[in-house]
Amino acid sequence: MTGTTNPDQVDDALELARRREAETPSSRVERFGPDRALMLDCGDVLDHWQIAYQTYGTLNADKSNAVLICHALTGDQHVHNTHPVTAKPGWWNLMVGPGKPIDTDRFFVICANVLGGCLGTTGPASINPATGRVYGLDFPVVTIPDMVRSQVALVDHLGIKQLFLVIGGSMGGMQVLDWAAHWPDKVFAAMPIATGARHSSQNIAFHEVGRQAVMADPDWRGGRYDEAGISPKKGLAVARMAAHITYMSELSLHQKFGRRLQDREAITFGFDSDFQIESYLRHQGTSFVDRFDANSYLYVTRAMDYFDLAAEHGGVLAKAFAGTKTRFCVMSFTSDWLFPTVQSREVVHALNAAGASVSFSEIVSDFGHDAFLLDEPEMLAIARGFINSAARARGLGATP
Amino acid sequence: MTVAADPRLTIHPASDSNTRVDLEVIAQLVEPGSRVLDVGCGNGELLQLLAETRGVDGRGIELSQKGVNGCVARGLSVIQGDADRDLVYYTDQSFDYVILSQTLQATQAPKEVIKHLLRIGRRVIISLPNFGHYGFRLQILFRGRMPVSKFLSYSWYDTPNIHFCTIRDFIELTKEPDVNAEMEKAMALNAWGQKMWLNAPWWFWNLFGEQAVFVLKGRLSHPASSG
Repeated sequence: MTGTTNPDQVDDALELARRREAETPSSRVERFGPDRALMLDCGDVLDHWQIAYQTYGTLNADKSNAVLICHALTGDQHVHNTHPVTAKPGWWNLMVGPGKPIDTDRFFVICANVLGGCLGTTGPASINPATGRVYGLDFPVVTIPDMVRSQVALVDHLGIKQLFLVIGGSMGGMQVLDWAAHWPDKVFAAMPIATGARHSSQNIAFHEVGRQAVMADPDWRGGRYDEAGISPKKGLAVARMAAHITYMSELSLHQKFGRRLQDREAITFGFDSDFQIESYLRHQGTSFVDRFDANSYLYVTRAMDYFDLAAEHGGVLAKAFAGTKTRFCVMSFTSDWLFPTVQSREVVHALNAAGASVSFSEIVSDFGHDAFLLDEPEMLAIARGFINSAARARGLGATP
Repeated sequence: MTVAADPRLTIHPASDSNTRVDLEVIAQLVEPGSRVLDVGCGNGELLQLLAETRGVDGRGIELSQKGVNGCVARGLSVIQGDADRDLVYYTDQSFDYVILSQTLQATQAPKEVIKHLLRIGRRVIISLPNFGHYGFRLQILFRGRMPVSKFLSYSWYDTPNIHFCTIRDFIELTKEPDVNAEMEKAMALNAWGQKMWLNAPWWFWNLFGEQAVFVLKGRLSHPASSG
């Protein structure tokens, strides 16, 4: 955008940082070989793969205080530290930290970059060991259960038999549900937030718009842009702009921007960004491409589209949770139209039918889907109450 | 729903500190170690009492955010929802007891709610305020105004309590063919929530009982009708 003295140089520096993070992340990373090959839902096997992650706090002697945070579509493992590419603060500092609901003075917090991501865990931006080239579209299509399998390998590697808590919003919430359904003995407590047990038709539709925007950019080059030293920035920015609208509510857009004009007194009768909302979306788009790989965006959105936890149980979601001993706390937000409350209620009804211990709250919020990332006091209060009571039940001592 | 506050809490505005006597009466009706669903569980006072004194595996449904937050912080499993809308999702005979404490009068369709309760629970415990109490009768008789008491403090136009009944009304409802509940126990409580003279006739309870507590059992067979 305008205002920077030497935008090309800045962009290149960010681009270089992003590419470096994909292969040699600045966070911790575990590399696995054929002895811990990753079997994927599509039938492929990754026999050389890595998972990048951050940890905060200290693992206790009996390894019972581990919390796994699952990040959303365009999130990453940098939940509570300065981001290595953007230099922004951790994305969930409101929830995680000393004295926060996920108290790093009490818990050992793990957050891993998802499989198919671009910040250090194996994905389309990684080097394919078979060819020595960047994977691009040669990377197998991964699913939410595949992402969880990679996290299971990491948790096993850390010697943790059972996670005290698995928590996440949106796509992170899908992973939480998958953990609880497929690895019930490894999850003491689960908090899926602003999510659902399957991606809706409307959500798949929005993702398809985003993918088509990426692939329509001539710089995408069939996914081989990396070798040409370019990337489909315009297409990815448009994808992000469209997606970003779905993360907000009409009310929050109205309150934040209304029809206010951007740095001008009157409309210009042109296609420059007259309105603040246009300027805001353009900024969201352009800043996103600096930190995210376009092919990763295709893969991770696809993983969400394919998610349908009830499918393997003949459409009966309750069967996915049969006999579970995990205690659940499900939350949704009134103004979230991407994962509306009805989808959380479906999960809750299934958990009820399975006889699970479940709490559910629909938080009144104007922030839309993004509410789970924002300062929403009721959400933070419920999280604190649930986590503290679960910690008591797990014998993790009194609240300090 | 337009009911903003938890009706149970608002019926007893000054009862936050000590365990309400009527809750203890209800708790004594529950077999230890059973599975309990408390519909309209407020801040979880009864569920916690049941967990601590009867070792029950409890679940709750509560409408208000404040109530849900309080329950979750106590470590209770509570779902934000209401009796009119959410009972349909509970499977047949999935709880030993379903409790509806001071909530029936705030539901949209009390009869449907009771039918669901009888379907979900092997036993149903219902407590309700008695609109046949002599104090209310006197207010209508002498003031010609809708009754208001310290116990039921709302005016007619803003009360969440939209379906009042007397003890006699309720007993008649349980006998209707599509409800057909077996009355296992019944008791009236006085203004202090204490049990009244057990051998008193119904008319006495209906006149002097401020609340009543019933233990019901379904007689109808319930084919798997819920999801």
